[in-house]
Amino acid sequence: MAASNHLPIDTIHKTIIFDDVAIAFEDQVVLDGISFELKRGETKVLFGVAGSGKSTILKLALGLMKPDRGHIYVLGHDVTTMTEEELFDLRNQVGIVFQESALFDSFTVRENVAFRLMEEKLPEDEIEKRVREALSFVELEHTMDMLPSELSGGMRRRVGIARAIITHPEVLLYDSPTGGLDPITSTTIIELIMKQRDVYKTSALLVTHRLQDGFTLATHRYDPEAKHMVPLDGAVSRDVHTSFLILRDGKVIFDGTAVDLGHIENAYIREYIS
Amino acid sequence: MELLSPTAIAKKNALAVQEYAHLSARSIANLFRRPLYLADIIQQADLIGVGSLPIVVLTGTFTGMVLALNTSATLQQFGSLSLTGQLVSVSMVRELGPVLTSLMVAGRNASGMASELGSMQVTEQIDAMRALGTDPYKKLVTPRVTSTVFMMFFLTIISDLVGLVGGYIISFLLLGLDTFQYWNSAYQALKYNDVITGLIKPLFFGFIIATVGCYYGLSTRGGTQGVGRSTTQAVVAASVLILAVDVVLTKLLLSFA
Repeated sequence: MAASNHLPIDTIHKTIIFDDVAIAFEDQVVLDGISFELKRGETKVLFGVAGSGKSTILKLALGLMKPDRGHIYVLGHDVTTMTEEELFDLRNQVGIVFQESALFDSFTVRENVAFRLMEEKLPEDEIEKRVREALSFVELEHTMDMLPSELSGGMRRRVGIARAIITHPEVLLYDSPTGGLDPITSTTIIELIMKQRDVYKTSALLVTHRLQDGFTLATHRYDPEAKHMVPLDGAVSRDVHTSFLILRDGKVIFDGTAVDLGHIENAYIREYIS
Repeated sequence: MELLSPTAIAKKNALAVQEYAHLSARSIANLFRRPLYLADIIQQADLIGVGSLPIVVLTGTFTGMVLALNTSATLQQFGSLSLTGQLVSVSMVRELGPVLTSLMVAGRNASGMASELGSMQVTEQIDAMRALGTDPYKKLVTPRVTSTVFMMFFLTIISDLVGLVGGYIISFLLLGLDTFQYWNSAYQALKYNDVITGLIKPLFFGFIIATVGCYYGLSTRGGTQGVGRSTTQAVVAASVLILAVDVVLTKLLLSFA
């Protein structure tokens, strides 16, 4: 594996490196020797059946959990050896969108989105400007003074995205951002993820159950002038920096591009993507 | 329901004690680390202190009244009814004021903290806070502990005072005691050690209420059912711990008398 104790970590080209990571909850092994890399500017889509450890990978990357074995390097830091106090600084450079949004329910949308900035004690006018910018990115400027309970599921996810991107993080982690949403809202969310990928070139790990989310990301690009996504010329291309990773029984059974996936012979994967 | 072996139960309890001790230590250590969430401390002080005032006043008043009624029956047999104020003041200030106030505040606030933090835990808001680079112990636990300890001190003083007033109401209206006689006896009976004992105890009890409430909240598992379970456990554990620590503190403080 690329990351070794003896070799310097390549942070120029890689934002996240999982090196032989394993974790078990009580007697159940969830991840067993997972290794992969997330290149700078790349979006890696994580597939797998429910309980295959996709969300665990995101929590491990943020240091919210510690693995039983292996090393995880995020922006050059080994999060497996860092203290919680040290991790707080690193987490300022990583954004996460939780499965159920995890918005603070007693805070307004504005306070949720501005949370990091308020913690950093930025001037009020600076906070206001950046909150508006983040909320306009997800087209929810009008919800500033609303509480999360007043928003629909799709709107909550979009506020979650605004909260994650407000500090312009180098890496974004999306935990099933389209889970439980209708197809139209899901497409809106995927378009926002694509916009973040193509406009801001942010590296991202995207956990999803929906194959179409991954394929839409791999076959479309965001057009800033038209302000919506457009299909790539010539079906699938590497230009969009999108790759797939499939998990099964705690192991990586596929790590490659959409083109590679199309040529795979593995029966399980063929059935999974069919 | 899954049956656990005695070893597993012992391990589980040892882990719980370890986690509780860790939370308690961090809640104190965070007082010396920046940022200190002053606005959160004031907000919690308002919720815990001002919010608990009605129940503390009612409990204190009725306890003082009952004390006067109960002690007067015995004192009358010895012709010492004039000592009612003395008994009410010593009982309230040394013991009943701090303990009953703490039990009331535990019922109201340990449950509140456990349910609030528990809900945040099961909806991943605590993880979100950590992911956003904020220490939940610093942001949520330390302000609650600080304000509960601080407000318990003043709530106990108020409880002692209204207890004495309650005792006075009964003594004056039902027992026919003279106003000066009651208050003079109540005042003269109190020694320096009684007051110190009565004011040290609520500091420990306040710490127990907040740390137990926060501990059960942050260790909540299992959705809304888990939140309900944590809330109940927090009140029970805080109440029992208050009474147990009261025994130890009373013994210790008596030895300094």
